Amino acid sequence: MFRRFTNRPEQGVTITVDGREISAKATDSVAAAMFAAGITTCRTTVVDARARGPYCMMGVCFDCLVIVDGIGSRQGCMTRVRDGMVVESQKGRREIGR
Amino acid sequence: MTHDYDIAVIGGGLVGTAIAYGLAKTGQRVALLDEDDRARRASVANFSLIWVQTKGLGMPEYSDWSRGAADLWPDFRNEIAALTGIDLAFSQPGGFHLCLSEAEVDARASQLARINVQAGMSPLPYEILGHNAVREMLPDIGPEVVGASYCPLDGQCNSMRLFWGLHTAFARLGGHYRSDHRVESLTASEGGFVASTAVGSVAAGKVVIAAGNDSRRLGAMVGIDAQVRPQRGQVLVTERMKPFLHYPTITVRQADEGSVMLGDAIEEENPSLVVGTDVLAKMADRARRMFPGLSKVNIVRTWAAQRVMTKDGCPIYDESREHPGAFVANCHSGVTLAPRHAQTLAPLIASSRVKAELPAFGTGRFDVSTVH
Repeated sequence: MFRRFTNRPEQGVTITVDGREISAKATDSVAAAMFAAGITTCRTTVVDARARGPYCMMGVCFDCLVIVDGIGSRQGCMTRVRDGMVVESQKGRREIGR
Repeated sequence: MTHDYDIAVIGGGLVGTAIAYGLAKTGQRVALLDEDDRARRASVANFSLIWVQTKGLGMPEYSDWSRGAADLWPDFRNEIAALTGIDLAFSQPGGFHLCLSEAEVDARASQLARINVQAGMSPLPYEILGHNAVREMLPDIGPEVVGASYCPLDGQCNSMRLFWGLHTAFARLGGHYRSDHRVESLTASEGGFVASTAVGSVAAGKVVIAAGNDSRRLGAMVGIDAQVRPQRGQVLVTERMKPFLHYPTITVRQADEGSVMLGDAIEEENPSLVVGTDVLAKMADRARRMFPGLSKVNIVRTWAAQRVMTKDGCPIYDESREHPGAFVANCHSGVTLAPRHAQTLAPLIASSRVKAELPAFGTGRFDVSTVH
């Protein structure tokens, strides 16, 4: 659905999303890296478990919430990827302790 | 004289609406006069606890009154659900007062012991528990929790649904709710009372002042000295979380919809409704020490509100000597006491037996010239 604007050479990093390794550019946000890898759903809603994905890409809508390195409710569009980062989609409400 | 209503209740918060509902159940024609949505309501800001274990030091009748309310809650929940279809999300698993130091444990044990040795009251069931015993019931507590008091009578509900449920039940029984009716003056007239508002007057045979912190102003108009003061509190609310806290604590509870509420502040003589990060930070820090897993959780709402507090913290229920038929009902615990107000107090108001049946709660206890 999404493809990159340029193929400007840039350092690559690898992150995992729900256990799947994906390649990203070092300047990507988590949400952009997921889009580029074809992943458009990042969470389900807390009330009725509907699928949601990144929408505004500028920190406003909070629809891109994911679990990053074990910490829930992180905004994927506001979090820069880092090599080895572990991202999980967030199913419904957050759990205590993560 | 014929009045518009048998009784006018002034104040459409949890206390006034519970009484109005109870009066409507007795067959009275009831008007519920309320301010608008900008009113400084304690009812829309409270913590939703049904709480017994801290009540009644200095007034054993208040302990019994609260305990009786907790006993009435299961039937009350069923009654509101049957009448309105609204689920009050009531649960009564018992409640904890968590302590972060030995000194706090000692203070809790001492307070509960002093409440329970008072003559003429039914002793409360409670336990003082150490860290390990608490952790068996609240597995997410942190190492700084030294102990807790636990009382099996305590519980919680969803107080916004209680507010909605009482208003809906009152309307179902034919009660008349009048918003935008801030009572400017209250006068005794021809065997009844006239409440004047900017949008007209309402005449009723009796009047009940349940107007929270505005009750002092209104009470003075009919010879009642309702000594209440605003006492500020603040609340933090987290994002919705999966259920982890299956018992309410007095400062941290998880709502039925998943949010965790943190409330731990008492501030005197601060009329502001603006939240302050100094107090909120202390509240959040205590909550984090109690439940370390909350450390990184997002806060999504905060608010400040004014409790309705009497000098001794116990309710005021009374009838004017000067103008019989004018009643006052004021208390801090509008959630806990909702079934009491609907099922016990309202019939006593309808039959003018408040002074006779609830003498301990009268305003005379604050009268310096009274010799006890």
